[in-house]
Parts: sequence; structure tokens; C-alpha cells
Amino acid sequence: MSSTAAASPDVPAPAAEPQRRTGAEMIWEVLEQEGVEVVFGYPGGAIMPAYDALPRYRVRHVLVRHEQGAAHMADGYARASGRVGVAVATSGPGATNLVTGIATAMLDSVPCVFITGQVSSHLIGSDAFQETDVTGVTLPITKHNWLVTRPEDVGPVLREAFHVARTGRPGPVLVDVTKDAQQGSCDFDPADRRLARVPHRRPERGGTADALDRAAALIDHAERPLILAGHGIVQAGAAAELLAFVERTGAPVASTLLGLGGFPATHPRALGMMGMHGEAWVNRAVQEADLLIALGMRFDDRVTGNLKTYAPRARKIHVDLDSSEIGKNVAVDLAIIGDVKQVLAELTPRCKPSTRATWIARIEAEKGDAAVRDIQRLPDTGKLFAAHVIHDLWRLTEGKAVVVTDVGQHQMWEAQYYKHDHARGLVTSGGLGTMGFALPAAIGARFARPDDEVWVIAGDGGFQMTAAELSTCAQEGLKVNVAIINNGYLGMVRQWQEMFYGGRYVATPMRSPDFVKLAEAHGLTGLRVTRRAEVADAVAAARRAPGTVVIDFRVEQEDSVYPMVPTGADLGEMIRRPAPSPIVETARDSDEDEVPR
Amino acid sequence: MSPAPGHPSRTRLRTFVATVEDVPGVLNRVASLFRRRGYNIASLTVGQSERPGLSRLTIVVGCDDATAARVEANLWKLVDLVEVHELDAGQVVERDLALIKVRADLTSRAQVVQAAELFGARVVDVAPTELVVEITATRERVDDLRRVLEPFGVIALVRTGAVAMPRAGVAEPSPLPLTAAAKAASGT
Ligand SMILES: Cc1ncc(C[n+]2csc(CCOP(=O)(O)OP(=O)(O)O)c2C)c(N)n1
Ligand SMILES: [Mg+2]
Repeated sequence: MSSTAAASPDVPAPAAEPQRRTGAEMIWEVLEQEGVEVVFGYPGGAIMPAYDALPRYRVRHVLVRHEQGAAHMADGYARASGRVGVAVATSGPGATNLVTGIATAMLDSVPCVFITGQVSSHLIGSDAFQETDVTGVTLPITKHNWLVTRPEDVGPVLREAFHVARTGRPGPVLVDVTKDAQQGSCDFDPADRRLARVPHRRPERGGTADALDRAAALIDHAERPLILAGHGIVQAGAAAELLAFVERTGAPVASTLLGLGGFPATHPRALGMMGMHGEAWVNRAVQEADLLIALGMRFDDRVTGNLKTYAPRARKIHVDLDSSEIGKNVAVDLAIIGDVKQVLAELTPRCKPSTRATWIARIEAEKGDAAVRDIQRLPDTGKLFAAHVIHDLWRLTEGKAVVVTDVGQHQMWEAQYYKHDHARGLVTSGGLGTMGFALPAAIGARFARPDDEVWVIAGDGGFQMTAAELSTCAQEGLKVNVAIINNGYLGMVRQWQEMFYGGRYVATPMRSPDFVKLAEAHGLTGLRVTRRAEVADAVAAARRAPGTVVIDFRVEQEDSVYPMVPTGADLGEMIRRPAPSPIVETARDSDEDEVPR
Repeated sequence: MSPAPGHPSRTRLRTFVATVEDVPGVLNRVASLFRRRGYNIASLTVGQSERPGLSRLTIVVGCDDATAARVEANLWKLVDLVEVHELDAGQVVERDLALIKVRADLTSRAQVVQAAELFGARVVDVAPTELVVEITATRERVDDLRRVLEPFGVIALVRTGAVAMPRAGVAEPSPLPLTAAAKAASGT
């Protein structure tokens, strides 16, 4: 552990009367200084000194039911707000319970600070009670981590931790504080905001005038340019710059799952999500494009399909903050390393205005074909399809809710049918695909966005992984609306079994508790919906209710997400909805007006 | 710019010199990165640099150009890293030290000693039926000596792995960096 650096002459002298603080006190004091209003946590022996000091500080603590929940709450808070989320746990099992949540934040580059208690420094290495090498365990799933063994290091290291979490490509960090470092005390100057260290960063290389000019030339010469917008757009706050870039160049936008909302879904140039469950016209556009402009995305395998046949006609420009992403999966013709907001601001004026009318017309024609084969029309046949529920929810909330999804079929349907016009309107675990994420992440989002409506969309399987956090909602008096897309299966796995494993449904039929009673057992409201006609009333009732409401949507059990590009297949080779589909088969014309508003 | 797909550049051994903060666990972080990303380490050495608080690593990796660029970029992401450079193969002084224990009795000893001398290696320990040869040279020369000694019977061999720096007269890649703590203290 590096120690606090000695003061140098050009730093203002510390306050005349140094004050004493315990390590425990300094944890909360530095969190206050960093602007932290809420932390999510769970106490235990090695973190008790910190908890004992908590009531003297303004930071609100939310007691969770499992540390994984605390980690997802911090993550959801960070994703919904753009600020750093914080979670606290004790040593050993408390810390290891955070692991899934830390890895979730790592794969999606979410800025979080995790604080764990550790056994006293003289016990480290002795296999003491509840001793786990947490900095070792989390080394590959954090941007960085620290072990603090002296009270003097608590403040400077915590400040460094916040700095590392939020600068550059954001990500989770962990600070492991021994019990004696919490109990011991030292001089503390509240005005001294120095970090333990200012990490070195790679000198910026991209974004040079030359690279920008070359990018503009590629764009101007392209007949079929396509923008691939990723999470980087959302994280850099570059939505306005992207909009300006699109309106100047006329290039259409395909989004990654985490990029949804970075460009308004209802904009005429928005194509929607690309990749494994992207709509047919989006993936076709990728395969037909002559130029891909990748902005803050990393060519994940769920986005590209078979790399050998990916976008074969396209030259590629890749803009990213992280130079290690360049050429990782897809070789590119031009890389610009830099903040995508700044790069777009400088690139847009260099490009010639264009409408790309021919290219757009070609994509629109594809859309027409797809509308016949995919669920575009959503008639009321008496049956309840997940697509209905999500489409109606989008209409009824006017697309303005913060939607937090779990992982599975419902997550893909959400991405297809809830049109996000605003950045940070969708919170979902993309990279790790962590079931159990939704409810706790929504609790975090609740704190981040007190004035917005927060909806959970979860599967019956994933919801049960962290359902205990309903109790946290009840204790904290939180209002979260929960839509369980209950299909009686681990649906996404069942779909793969249907398509690729001979229809053998091994370990995927799942029995659930009565979710209405479960809500009621927590002192919350539960509703059940089995027909489409009931959707609007239930949603309205949930929105009116002051507390958390759980709606059990009993949807078609063996519905599948279409289109689908099987793992490793060519992006152009989609499994399309079998026609006649159970939905399209019974479609009546002009159903739009029948949808309850 | 990366090469076009389907035309990967040649895989060869490349030498990176990294300066890192001398803090506990830093070697673990570097090793973990290489393991996690599946980079193929030929050797990794660590020791002091000219500045207190900073250590220098020499890492030899077998990879192509595109991977080399990512090795460097990923090392830059380590918070404990101060700087890293791939050394230009023609502009580098690189040394590997090896101790080789060889069978050498009355009949073969003179030949073993002569072979060692041809390589500028020294005999540093002798017993009636074996001796220990020490060589400090480039990786390739160490490999060559080993091959020459093999027929006599190599009993044991230990190598340090390469250490390297740019040749005299070749500018160091950048001015000496501060430790990150010193940077924090000076307010930069
Ligand atoms: C923690 C975890 N375990 C397993 C999986 C693998 N998995 C991905 S989707 C899925 C099924 C999810 O079922 P459910 O929550 O009911 O959602 P549905 O697909 O039915 O909408 C499973 C098991 C996962 N993503 N995360
Ligand atoms: Mg399910």
C-alpha cells in the first residue's frame, strides 16, 4: 500500500488545528465529500466499526437482503444517474457475495466503489475467521482494488478509488479496509482532498485533425454508411452530438443492447438493436453497409455473429476511449481513440450534409418485409404475449419510464418493443447477462431518479434469484413497479432447447410461488394479468399505487424471441418467426387503435 | 491501423519494457492480465529501476503485430503502470543469464570448458564429474550454448529470462516518470 504523499511547498498548508478521526469516520466523511447520498450494504464483524460511525453522517444506508443485491443496487444507481454507485459489505462471505455484482459492473463498464471490511492486519494470511483474499478474488473483475491497513491511508485511497472508477473507461473498484484501520485514528484535514496517487494514463493518440479528416473522407465517400452506437454514447453523454452527426450525414443508427436510448428510438434514422436478436432489417443493413462507424461499442460476439462473414462489404471506423478495444474482435480501417462526445463534436462539421436517400429507401423496403413476418402488429387474440405486455407498457408510460430488465427472453422483447428515446432509460446487464439483476438494480435506479417512474421487467426465473429484495422495498418504503413476464420456464434456455437440442426441456420448466401472495407477504401489492384486455388496468393501478406493486403477467409459455442468429452463425442467417406465426396468423388489420391507451 | 483480416502479421517474440509502481501485488496484476487475455509469455522479469519506488519489467511475448498493440494497450489500463513500450528489435540491448550444470569428467572436461569459452561463458563451479557454466548473452546465444553442451549431458539449467533496454545513444522512450504518489503530492 502506498502511503499518503508528504505535502509539497505549493500545496496550501493544512488547517491550523488538525482534527482526529478514526478510519471508520473517514470512510463516511470522504463519501460525503465525493457527493455520495446513498450506499447499499450489509453489516458484519469486520465492517462493524464503520457501521458504528454511520449515524454521525448524512449518507443514507439501505439495508439489503443479500450482498449481491447491494452490488446491483450500486450498479443500477450508477447506470441510471451517471454517478458513482457505492456498496458496503463485511469480510469473507459478505465480500464474496458481492462478486457476481462486481463482475456485472465490470463487463458493462459501470463506475462503482465497493467497500469491504477485512480482518485486522495482524491476522491477514492466517486463515482467520471470515478472512478471504478479496483483493485477490476481485483482481480480474475490478478496474483496480486496494487493501488499506492504516487509518492514514483511508481518505487518500478512497479518493483515488472514486477517481479511478469514474475516469477514462469507467468501471468498478474495490477498497478492502482492515478492522484495525477502521478502529485506529489519525490527524485529518477536511480541506485536504489529495488522492493517494494520480494514476498515469496512456497519452491520448486519436482524435487528431488528420484522423478526423480521414474519417470525414470515408464518410463522405460512403454510399451505405451505418452507425453502430454503443454504451459509450450513453456514458459519454454524447446523445446530442450523435443526433447532430446523424442529421448531418443522414447515416442510420443501429444500437447495441446497452446503446439503446443513446439515440431516440422514434427518430426516423433509428433502426433498433442489432445482433443475435436484432430485427432482420438491422442485421441486413450491417451486412450490406459499405462503411461502419462504430461509436463506443466493442464488437461483442452477440453483435457480430460469425466474424469471418461480418459486414463483408464495409470499411470500418472505430471510435473508442479504450485503445485495447481496437482490433480486438474486428480489424478496422481507421481507429480514433478518444471521448466519443468530443470526437463527434469535431467530426460532424467536417462531414458533408447528405440524406442518403437511396440507402434509406433500401432499408425501409426490408422493414416492410420484416413487418409481415415478425411481430409488428399486436392484435388481441385473448392470449397474452410478452410482446403485448411490453408494447402496451411502452405506450402507457409514454416511453418515459426507467426500465430495468433481468436476463432472458423478456430482456430481448423489452429491447425490441419498448422504444427508448432517452439515454439511461434502459438499465440491463448486457456483458455478463446476470439473472437476478433487475429488482436490486431498479432499487438503485429508484434512488438515482427520484422523479421518474421505475419499472422492472423480469422473468419468473430471474426474479426469484433476488426476490428477497422486495423486503428491502418494503422496509425503505420504495415505489418500484415490477412486471414479471411469467412463462413458467427459464424461457431463453427453453428456446435454445427447442431450436438446438431437439426440444428436450431439461431443467427449464420452473414452478414459481404465487407472486401475488409473495408481494402481499411483504406488505406490498400484487396483481395478476392473464388476458391482454387486463394489461392497461393493471399498469394504471400499479402507477397509481403509492408503494411497490408486483404484476404477475401469465404469458404464452412457449413463445420464442425472433429473429435469432444462432451463436457463431452469419449475421445474415437469421431464424425468422415461423409463418404463420401464432400471432401474425390471427392478425387483423389496423389493430393499432385497439391497443388500450 | 490493424492489418486486414485474413492477413495476420507474423508471430514472433517481442520485448516490452514496462515501468510500474513498486507496490504489493503489482506482479500479480501483470501476470493475471496475461493469463486472462491468453497472451503467450516467453519470459517475465522484474527488478529495480533507476528511480526509487518504480520497478521495471521486461516481458517477452510471442505474438503478431495486432496482438502486440493490444498487449501494450491492456498494460496501460493497469492503474499501477507508469509506462510501457515495445522495444524495436534492432535497437535493443537484451541479456539473458543462464546457469547450466553439465556432466564433465576427466575425459570430457577440457572439451566442455572449451565450448563454454567459445561462447564467452564462464565456469563458475567444478566437481569431479560435473561443472556449472554461467552465460550472460542474448536469448539466441544462450539457446546455442545449450545445444552445444547437450551432447555432454545437461543435468540442470536455469535462466533468468531476458532483461532489456534501448541501446546506448537511442533515446529512452520518454523522460523519467514520477511515481503516482509523487504526482499526487505535487498536485499535477
Ligand atoms: C445467474 C445466471 N444463471 C444462469 C443464466 C443462464 N440463463 C440465461 S437466460 C435464462 C433463463 C431466464 O429465465 P427467466 O428469468 O424466466 O426469463 P425468460 O427467459 O423466461 O424471459 C438462463 C437460465 C444466467 N444468464 N444468469
Ligand atoms: Mg421465464
